[in-house]
Amino acid sequence: MSVLVNKDSRVLVQGFTGSEGSFHASQMIEYGTNVVGGVTPGKGGSEHLELPVFNTVEEGVKATKANVSIIFVPPAFAADAIMEAAEAGIALVVCITEGIPTKDMIAVKEYLKDKPTRLVGPNCPGVITPGEAKVGIMPGFIHTPGTIGIVSRSGTLTYEAVDQITKAGLGQTTCIGIGGDPIIGTTTKDAVMLLMADPATEGIIMIGEIGGSMEADAAYWIKEHGTKPVVGFIAGQTAPPGRRMGHAGAIVGGAADTAAAKMEIMKECGIHVVESPANIGAKMAEVLGKAK
Amino acid sequence: MNIHEYQGKSILKSYGVAIQEGIVAETAEAAVDAAKELQKQTGTGWWVVKAQIHAGGRGKGGGVKLAKSLDEVKDIASKIIGMQLITPQTGKEGKKVNKVLIAQDVYYPGETKTAEFYMSVLLNRNTGRNIIMYSTEGGMDIEEVAAKTPHLIFKEEVDPAVGLQGFQTRRIAFNLGLSGSAFKEMTKFVANLFRAYDGIDASMFEINPVLKTSDNKIIAVDAKVNLDENALYRHPKYAEMRDITEEDPTEVEAGEHNLNYVKLDGNVGCMVNGAGLAMATMDIIKLAGGFPANFLDVGGTANAARVEQAFRIILKDPNVKAILVNIFGGIVRCDRVAQGIVDAYKNIGEIPVPIIVRLQGTNAVEARKIIDESGLKVFPATLLKEAADLVNQVLSN
Repeated sequence: MSVLVNKDSRVLVQGFTGSEGSFHASQMIEYGTNVVGGVTPGKGGSEHLELPVFNTVEEGVKATKANVSIIFVPPAFAADAIMEAAEAGIALVVCITEGIPTKDMIAVKEYLKDKPTRLVGPNCPGVITPGEAKVGIMPGFIHTPGTIGIVSRSGTLTYEAVDQITKAGLGQTTCIGIGGDPIIGTTTKDAVMLLMADPATEGIIMIGEIGGSMEADAAYWIKEHGTKPVVGFIAGQTAPPGRRMGHAGAIVGGAADTAAAKMEIMKECGIHVVESPANIGAKMAEVLGKAK
Repeated sequence: MNIHEYQGKSILKSYGVAIQEGIVAETAEAAVDAAKELQKQTGTGWWVVKAQIHAGGRGKGGGVKLAKSLDEVKDIASKIIGMQLITPQTGKEGKKVNKVLIAQDVYYPGETKTAEFYMSVLLNRNTGRNIIMYSTEGGMDIEEVAAKTPHLIFKEEVDPAVGLQGFQTRRIAFNLGLSGSAFKEMTKFVANLFRAYDGIDASMFEINPVLKTSDNKIIAVDAKVNLDENALYRHPKYAEMRDITEEDPTEVEAGEHNLNYVKLDGNVGCMVNGAGLAMATMDIIKLAGGFPANFLDVGGTANAARVEQAFRIILKDPNVKAILVNIFGGIVRCDRVAQGIVDAYKNIGEIPVPIIVRLQGTNAVEARKIIDESGLKVFPATLLKEAADLVNQVLSN
């Protein structure tokens, strides 16, 4: 089992023929993901990477029964692409694009409110179920099928956690990169809830950052409803207040969204918090009684 | 992106928001001319000289002063222009003042008492909607108000489907205790303020204080305006308002090379790919007994040229006693980064501090080979924990 994506996911690539879209679509296909085609307005009817190209998501869905889309279109057009996918009935939209204006995302969030579509991202590395489907830009080879679910706001820091889990001999069910922007489709809590409900997931790793209250929200939910061990880490313990640290969302605004405050809340809620990001994998193995 | 008070006010005014009028000046002589011109335009008899820097708390540092004559304008302006202004938000070195805003006096006596309010517009990240946050306690530090009298802070959330509604602007004016013409002026003020926020893709407005004058006008006496950098492509004329003299020169230079760099005051420099891993690496440095000298994200396409540039930027900081390179290769190939490190050593000449290099992920084995065979005095690590131990070891030598 896994969550969000698996070997049956039928993936449509939006921004298919661009350089980013082409590169990552080939990587996804190479990994074994069932990519069924792509969308580039104006290039419909042609073929790319031996797959059909469509003018609209609607056409693509009709022709291929796609249920997942991944978005590589530039920031100025990305909000439009998300809404187009939702309108076409795509169940899961993964938006990789970084740099979408906040105003556009406010509109997207409102648009998606009453629709069944789930958005992951934007500004995220995507979702991977090792051995089944990679819908994202993460390096596939560091992952291995296993029992740990991972949810994270960051890209390379997620890879770090994945690598540690693989080296600890545990492997992953599904890894969800939720993205670093102020407005994202799937929150830490949403992702934790999915993994908590997945029978194959035995433990969850939750990686957060300074800024916002998503980790605290997830922690309070875990305290009430958690049935599996959760190991947590918050990046930015040394970040000075008020300075932008790469991710627009990672600005320390008030006392409650500092790394220290979040870690304290997480500990109170029964999460196994590690202070060093080097100990994520070892801690999970220890908690599960599977330390080497 | 931050802009100056005078720039923020000019934007607000273009949206019909009433402001404290003013004219910007870069010399004491120009300040006097500005004061005369302002007297002609507004009839003001006194002036407020306001330092224009990208930091709040200017009054506390002596950067905002009242002048009751043209001589005083000249005297005060000559003292403020060129001063190193230290406020609670600038850090101990302060910020150099290049410009002053000569503003009209708006606290003139009249039929009613003046009143100061607080108002900001910003994103509520929990709901993904904009909110107007306001308080009867204007002119004060809002964090302090939030801590001591939270019941005096109000919030009005804007539904993106329909925008700010009239009943909401009326509620704000009622909650601020206004009536009569001041009430009406406030509803107009709030409506225009939100229209400006939405229209320019702002990421934050903070107007502190919003003033009710003695003749019942509602005006913005200060304006802190932040713009969403991701949306600047839609607003080229606001993008031009960027003042790079307000930014750290090294950070500006890094930005020109597409490196995301923030200077900090520690002793261990770091070079990392990805913002989250960069913050985690800074944390590792602290746990290993050092303190990060910077945040540096080389981005998703770290090649040899960028790595070299990153080294040059880190080495500008004389406090750096060691450098930790932490790259988790995904799309980025570790062997290319390793080659970049070797090339940087050659091109920069002597790098005077020890370098700990941790390369993991795509082509990590080839990368380690390049480092090992280079003969450079580099401390290689594969696991994050090893890198942390090496930082500790290098610092204790």
